[in-house]
Amino acid sequence: MEKFTRHTGVGVPLRRSNVDTDQIIPAVYLKRVTRTGFEDGLFAAWRNDPDFVLNKPEYAAGSVLVAGPDFGTGSSREHAVWALQNYGFKVVLSARFADIFRGNSGKAGLVAGQVDESIIEQLWAHLESNPGAEVTVDLETRTVTAGDIEADFAIDDYTRWRLLEGLDDIGITLGHADAITEFEAGRPAWKPVTQ
Amino acid sequence: MGRTLAEKVWDEHVVREGDGEPSLLYIDLHLIHEVTSPQAFDGLRLAGRTVRRPDLTLATEDHNVPTLDWDKPIADPVSKTQVDTLRRNAEEFGVRLHPLGDVEQGIVHVVGPQLGLTQPGMTIVCGDSHTSTHGAFGAIAFGIGTSEVEHVLATQTLPQAKPKTMAVTVTGSLPEGVTSKDLILTLIAKTGTGGGQGYIVEYRGDAIRELSMEGRMTICNMSIEWGAKAGLIAPDETTFAYIKDKPEAPQGADWDAAVAHWRTLVTDDDATYDAEIVLDASEVTPFVTWGTNPGQGVPLGAAVPAPTEFADADERFAAEKALEYMGLTAGTPMRDVKVDTVFVGSCTNGRIEDLRLAASILEGHQVAADTRLLVVPGSVRVRMQAEAEGLDKVFIEAGAEWRGAGCSMCLGMNPDQLAPGERSASTSNRNFEGRQGKGGRTHLVSVPVAAATAIRGTLSSPADL
Repeated sequence: MEKFTRHTGVGVPLRRSNVDTDQIIPAVYLKRVTRTGFEDGLFAAWRNDPDFVLNKPEYAAGSVLVAGPDFGTGSSREHAVWALQNYGFKVVLSARFADIFRGNSGKAGLVAGQVDESIIEQLWAHLESNPGAEVTVDLETRTVTAGDIEADFAIDDYTRWRLLEGLDDIGITLGHADAITEFEAGRPAWKPVTQ
Repeated sequence: MGRTLAEKVWDEHVVREGDGEPSLLYIDLHLIHEVTSPQAFDGLRLAGRTVRRPDLTLATEDHNVPTLDWDKPIADPVSKTQVDTLRRNAEEFGVRLHPLGDVEQGIVHVVGPQLGLTQPGMTIVCGDSHTSTHGAFGAIAFGIGTSEVEHVLATQTLPQAKPKTMAVTVTGSLPEGVTSKDLILTLIAKTGTGGGQGYIVEYRGDAIRELSMEGRMTICNMSIEWGAKAGLIAPDETTFAYIKDKPEAPQGADWDAAVAHWRTLVTDDDATYDAEIVLDASEVTPFVTWGTNPGQGVPLGAAVPAPTEFADADERFAAEKALEYMGLTAGTPMRDVKVDTVFVGSCTNGRIEDLRLAASILEGHQVAADTRLLVVPGSVRVRMQAEAEGLDKVFIEAGAEWRGAGCSMCLGMNPDQLAPGERSASTSNRNFEGRQGKGGRTHLVSVPVAAATAIRGTLSSPADL
């Protein structure tokens, strides 16, 4: 996984709450067997609307999504994270993320930063009155800056460390293979098996 | 101090803990399907890794399979590639697979319990958010993303931060004709889609005890719809009776040892939860959604709400957007809402009891002239059981379409989709924009409401017949 320390890019104000994973990418786009190529399905239902924020040229190259609360609810599809990344997003900011989406982001290398709703409102106002304005997200200091706005964002310590180091989760766990083997030896014999 | 059920199951599965690290949790059962697994198997291949415990892994095909002509090659080439990829991966990595055409094929959350693989006190994961269904047996069960699927395949563990615990105590009894689906929709409308976030929720109380295992699965299934990490119910005699004699249930002395352990899986009297909610079951009525998230619901007897009724600005704005998308006007009685398609099925309500209930209401009636009723069994076993009981004939005589097993119109990934603007009453779990097909409008309902709606053509309960 690529290391993430600091990113500056065009901020995209998405004035919507409860953006579920079916809206981020509908199921019909989930048939690919790769981790790439999902950008076509990103916000598919809204992309035909000329007023949709990503259809405005100033925001089209956006890489920091500023969304309403309860972002990523619903399905466990990691394709939602890949679709955002495939499009070019590096960071999503919201006052509240659905658990599975936040977990998937951390695994796939998308920074899901939690900020107060009042900060989201300030960022929206700033990005809407300055289309194409940039937002800087610093994972080391856990801060987000845009124009005169400077605020902290929350991300759990472990995910932050992994993203900063660009570490592969599976590699870390396999380092504890002995502990897993030891645990397995103590499992009751009546636990079900599939074969 | 005593522990809650969730804490007991959690503690039994901790492989290791380190300062500033999430717990490493052992996974007892990993369920797999065609949509969220291909990239995980690719990851294993790239890193030269194997599946650590194929004997704790089970695959089936459900999301992307047709419910018509399932004995022929899949017509959509992209869907076919995805299903073929699962078949190749299962073969290469030695994973047991129940493919289309197999007697054990079906929705992964219907298949696990009916095989007896879902048992109390287990940790169960799947690359699907409705894995919470298995919590009905007193298991910690939750959905994971594809990176985590790969992690479980490689290590049979997952690093997990320990969630908080919440009790939802449901007192009293559900009134006649009111189901566990109405109960969970009522709860989600009260708490909002984020109300359970960060919690493993334990459903308890008399009304929960009185539910069948299938009714309990419906409740736990929709835990994710109010944002909970997982939902579970303490195992009891109902649970043990359901599991006994299932194909993969423990036998003989193993059964006795298992049940002895399962009986310890209750919340201790002196345990405390981080949060508690109390609901009175006797006040629950048939409940339907009007909006585009599962929290936007009202009793069937109520009217479409006006956005101005919501004090919170985000909720008001969401309501405006939802009414526009749903093509509804505030103040319209829900019973006046005309429906084009009724869908009975999904991991929420596609089990045999659901089909029996639907058939009992449809018997002697006809589906309304311009309404379509799609009945999709959750698994091939459910389909065969329904046919053995003659339920298929009831559906067909009423004018319904009787289909093969799969996720079908719940998520609009296979050909079973709503057309733009088409309105459904659906026993599934999500009414998101476009969930059942681009531009489709979904009302989430219980099985009795679905059946009565199919007959009358407008949102109805059996009492309206």
